[in-house]
Amino acid sequence: MMKFLAMGGYARYVWPCYLLTALVVGLNIRWALRALRSAQAEARRRTASVKAAS
Amino acid sequence: MAWVWFHRFGSPPHFYRLATRLTPWFAWPAALLCAAGLVGGLVLAPPDYQQGDGFRIIYVHAPAAWLSLMVYVVMAASAAVGLIWRMTVAYAVSASCAVIGASFTALALATGMLWGRPMWGTYWEWDPRLTSELLLLFLYLGYLGLRNSIDDIGRADRASAVLAIVGVVNVPIIHYSVVWWNSLHQAPSVMRFGRPTMPAAMLVPLLLMLAGFTAYFVALLLIRSRGELLRRERNARWIADALGARAPGKV
Repeated sequence: MMKFLAMGGYARYVWPCYLLTALVVGLNIRWALRALRSAQAEARRRTASVKAAS
Repeated sequence: MAWVWFHRFGSPPHFYRLATRLTPWFAWPAALLCAAGLVGGLVLAPPDYQQGDGFRIIYVHAPAAWLSLMVYVVMAASAAVGLIWRMTVAYAVSASCAVIGASFTALALATGMLWGRPMWGTYWEWDPRLTSELLLLFLYLGYLGLRNSIDDIGRADRASAVLAIVGVVNVPIIHYSVVWWNSLHQAPSVMRFGRPTMPAAMLVPLLLMLAGFTAYFVALLLIRSRGELLRRERNARWIADALGARAPGKV
């Protein structure tokens, strides 16, 4: 296990790469869902106000 | 026949429903492919004879770099379709690409720097491949900045589409930079004519990661495009149906 984590002496470079990748992958999921939810909330408010006006 | 498909695809309510249905069909395979690729790349693949275990950076660096280019091509192509056929769906897809593309371009640069330090002895060099990839990041940021500076969404779509299309010239420059000029960066080992230059135990995990990242991008694009479509179709009647069909707050 320690041998695996040491990455043949390249741990200093290999693991930050994987960490950064996990971060970018995770953030993109979060940003995409947040953008969709806010657009849906906005659209819902609009359709509700249109209904109320008619 | 092709035109019927094209028109159906270009219909916002149809696209919205299709995108909702298709998302899990890309998201789950993406997770499985990446999990398999990580096990293969980090555990099963043998160390490189020159770079030892340092070469394992390839399993995140190459997919990030691949996405940086592929996302740009999708962004520019859908921008062109939007301009030519005035298709709202195409503009929604194009606008959805920029943040994804910019973040993966930054990731490709960052992982490249972390790989360059032990292998080349430097984090950064003004090398053709590195410089043209940095230019790609600026193109994405320019696209986002231009969009943010224009309030009217229709005008933002058209102006940013022109920028995206002009910038596509940089894509072949990035890809062939390692062939055309002397570069520190290695030449392509997978996307080349003839056979890849890697043994299967190293190559298969890389292909799994590339496929996984691609499927992941499609899933993200489908989610983001739905949001962009809602913002462009504010007054359309289909929106109430599309939103009413699902419980509030659920994606």
